[in-house]
Parts: sequence; C-alpha cells; structure tokens
Amino acid sequence: MKLDILHELNAERAARRPVILVTDTESGEQRLVKAKDFARDPLRAELDKQLRMGKSASVEAGGKKLFLNVYAPTAKLVIIGAVHISQALAPLARSLGYDVTVVDPRTAFASPERFPDIPLIAEWPDTALPPLNVDAYTAFVAVTHDPKIDDPALLHAFERNCFYIGALGSRKTHAKRGDRLRAQGAKESDIARIHAPIGLAIGAVSPSEIAVAIMAEITAVLRLPPKEREEAA
Amino acid sequence: MLDRDEDILKAAEDWQKAGRGVALATVVETWGSAPRPAGSSLVINDEGTFLGSVSGGCVEGAVVTEAMDVIQSGKPKMLEFGVADETAWNVGLSCGGTIRVFVEKVG
Repeated sequence: MKLDILHELNAERAARRPVILVTDTESGEQRLVKAKDFARDPLRAELDKQLRMGKSASVEAGGKKLFLNVYAPTAKLVIIGAVHISQALAPLARSLGYDVTVVDPRTAFASPERFPDIPLIAEWPDTALPPLNVDAYTAFVAVTHDPKIDDPALLHAFERNCFYIGALGSRKTHAKRGDRLRAQGAKESDIARIHAPIGLAIGAVSPSEIAVAIMAEITAVLRLPPKEREEAA
Repeated sequence: MLDRDEDILKAAEDWQKAGRGVALATVVETWGSAPRPAGSSLVINDEGTFLGSVSGGCVEGAVVTEAMDVIQSGKPKMLEFGVADETAWNVGLSCGGTIRVFVEKVG
C-alpha cells in the first residue's frame, strides 16, 4: 500500500468518514473511494452494497479480481433518557457493537447504579450533545417522554443528520411532538424522519422487548436497502 | 461486533514513518468456518513485530515469514491456508475453514 493512500485512509477513519479500499489482488494496484464519490464510480453498486452491509468482500469486475475492504466508522447510539427502557437498550446496543451514551439531566435517573459501565451524562441536551460529535453514523433515540428534554435533543439529531432517529410515544403523542417541533422551525422532512411509535411492531411489552424492537429497527435502517426497509416496517 | 482493526493501520503508518520496513496482510476471502472475517489484517515490521490477526493465531507465524519476503521484494503475494492444504503450507486452520491472505508492502 502506498504511503499516501495509507495516510489518507487513516485520516478518513479518524474523521469517521466511510471509505472502501479497492485492491486488484493480482497487480497489487489500489485506490481509495470515499462514500461521497460512490455515485460516480464504475463499481458503485458493489460499493454501496458492501458499505451498507459493513462487510469487506472479493468481487470480479472487468476481468479483474478486486478486494473491497470496507472501513465504516463504529456506529454510535445516543439515548436521551435514563429510563427503564434505556437500562435494557444500552447493554443490548453495546453487545451489537455500538458506542453507547446515555443523556438525562435528571440525576435521579442518570445514576451509575442504574447504568453500570455505560457512559452517562447528567446534563441537559444543549450542554451534553455538542461534545458527543453526533453524526451520520449515529442512531439517536429519545425516550424521556418529557418534551423539555426530548425536543431540543431531536432538533440536534436533525441538524447532525443521524441515520436513525426514534422517539417514544403513541401516534397521538407524536402528532403533538410534530406540532411543537414545527413551531420551533423544524422542517417537515426532518419531522418525517422520526420513527414513532419507536421500534419494529413485534408486540413488545416489557422494557427488554421494546429494546429489542428498537435495535431491530435501527439494524434494518443501517443494513437494508430503502425498499426492503419499508417492507420490514 | 462492528469494531475494526483500529490501531493496526495507524501502526503501519507510524512504523513506516519511523523508517521500518512494513508489510500488511489482509484476509480477502474465507470459506467455511474461518476464524476472522474478510478485511481482518495483520501488520508486520522488518524486526518481526506484528499487531492484529488474520486467523486468531493459527497461521500468523507463516504469514509473518512470508511478509519478510514481501518487505524485501516489494512484490505482493496471495497466500492460502486451509485444512486440506498441507502441501503448500505446513500450517492449517484447525477449525476446518480456508482463508486467502493478501500480503503487501507498505510504502
């Protein structure tokens, strides 16, 4: 690997931008393709698929044997609300490989006893969120049921283009939330991105089951192409 | 898990900048129950120091030996390891899988 390619690869990884290193395994020739350049690449279908799956693979194209090595950032999960559901959701998400952070300004909820080993920030979203570098590889879940906490957090998630945004609450609660967010200047397209009621409809009842429904939905958004994703939901 | 070979590529860059000969070995194909998925990598320097893994310990020794050649020659190599592959390489994967490992020089 040429040093300039290695240097660029490390810089992109440090910046949490997805890239794929394409290697001709016979000649040793290599090129680095950034996700933003996939659309104009001759291998775009293969690149899109492998990045979505987060899986490296060998492919044959144009008579060449190519290895596509996928470097996708570690996905993050930000949970707004140190509630009962979050106690099940945080360890489940961590077992799936997510970097998990829980935010809740209510110190009675955000206590280390309730969340052993999970990074916990007992601050309001306006203080807690900016240093977390919420980005397009972040799933964002608001489950406090308190608009004072959830609403500003959701506005931050819109701004940072999170790949998944979910919020707890019935359809009725969600309709009211839409009105409040609209009043605060949120775009219609952003409000439409909120998954609410949160989680795949699997009849979840207990906090642990709701956590499974949420992680199933997040996984579907992360891994499935848009059409199949709609069928799953 | 989604986590990747975080420090391996950084080590490759650091070692190369420090003037060491460096090779990178990457799993490019797996069949059967291979211990590490495609994309797993091992970085090796000319002192024989290595970081990462391509098989969880089964074939690293052979990969390091081959990597020394690659650092010398500068030419990439494709290695194949499998349970039925005793003639090519005197090591195999006890798990019964087969892996192909691409070894290239860095720099």
